Amino acid sequence: MRVWGQAGDSEEEDRLNIAILSGKGGTGKTTISTNLSFITGANYIDCDVEEPNGFIFLNPCQIEREEVKVDYPVVDSSRCTLCGDCARVCQFNALVKTKKEVMLFEKLCHGCHACGIVCKNDALFFGKRVIGIIEEGQYGSFICKRGILNVGEPMAAPVIKVLLKNLPTGANLIDCAPGASCNVVNSLLYADGAILVTEPSSLGLHDLKMTVQLVRSFNLPFGVIINKYNPEDDRVQKYCQRQNIEIFGVIPYRREAAQVYSSGRMIVELPEYKEIFGKIADTLREVFPWN
Amino acid sequence: MKIAVSSIGKDIDSMLDVRFGRCNYFVVYDSEEGLVKSFENCGQVSGGGAGIVAAQLIIDEDVDVVITGNMGPNAFNLFKNSDIKVYRCGSTQIETALQLFNEGKLEELTQAGPAHAGMGTGRGFRGGR
Repeated sequence: MRVWGQAGDSEEEDRLNIAILSGKGGTGKTTISTNLSFITGANYIDCDVEEPNGFIFLNPCQIEREEVKVDYPVVDSSRCTLCGDCARVCQFNALVKTKKEVMLFEKLCHGCHACGIVCKNDALFFGKRVIGIIEEGQYGSFICKRGILNVGEPMAAPVIKVLLKNLPTGANLIDCAPGASCNVVNSLLYADGAILVTEPSSLGLHDLKMTVQLVRSFNLPFGVIINKYNPEDDRVQKYCQRQNIEIFGVIPYRREAAQVYSSGRMIVELPEYKEIFGKIADTLREVFPWN
Repeated sequence: MKIAVSSIGKDIDSMLDVRFGRCNYFVVYDSEEGLVKSFENCGQVSGGGAGIVAAQLIIDEDVDVVITGNMGPNAFNLFKNSDIKVYRCGSTQIETALQLFNEGKLEELTQAGPAHAGMGTGRGFRGGR
């Protein structure tokens, strides 16, 4: 089996961050992340900040909360000459000069401070506003963290960045957002390796291909886990074979697993699944230099 | 009085575009001088905040009245703040829209429509990324 030299090359050598992503939603990123954390004792990090749901299954205790704040410009109207330079420089259309004042659309602001740099009259200063929170708790021997973006906030990346900049030491399983958007890209910036979760369906395979392109562009070592596995459908295996992608494991599709999942419990409660996750964990330990 | 109409084309016989932020052009009619000019809406290619970009263009043109189909909350608030009135009109020729306005047959918009309504199908929107 290949052992990737790059894995664990992050600046923080005492951390191994493995991102779990899928492209298509509902393939089982959270199921696999939480159950793998349970089996391996790796920390669980929920980066799907728009709808974090891993805590439903792990339900960590002793939760500590921290607010995530972003900068936004405030106009001092006594100094503002309505020159409009700030509105022109804004790449996100967050500032508009009307006939009476400069108006801010705070949800479009990326907090880049360009407006403050171009203002000749020192009429702009920066305030901070809360867009979400980070929660950290304990489950057994490992740490669970998650970011929560406040409802109505359009930008998740600042929450993801704060969450991933302060990761615990050791192995971290990063449960990413679905898709291949900025949220996933920002999560991958902190990853040393990736697990791509897919399912044997047209949409699952389509989005897997997209995700493979994404992780390849990051030059990350990665492999695939096929969830909801159906022995009669081998389209994902064929694709992985063609692309020389390793399959870390397959998780069968069973009614009992769905029942356990839907009652908010871990599917490793079922002996069959415990064995499967145990095998996947062994594979991961071989592939990623895991302590 | 200067009246700006969201438009599919550059001329006064073009059709009105019912989308404000994502329309192709604005046709501006100056009723005192009887002049018509048009300019491209650079908001249509904006990743986000198209209505805001379009509204800034209109504000900078010193327009008094805007005629369009629908307008989102951001642009609407900007016009409110700038004392620019907004009137609703269906899909018709710009010339007809101006005539209807002069006859007082257009309804003034007093409330913004939904955000992102003019983004069309298939593009999807996941805000600001």
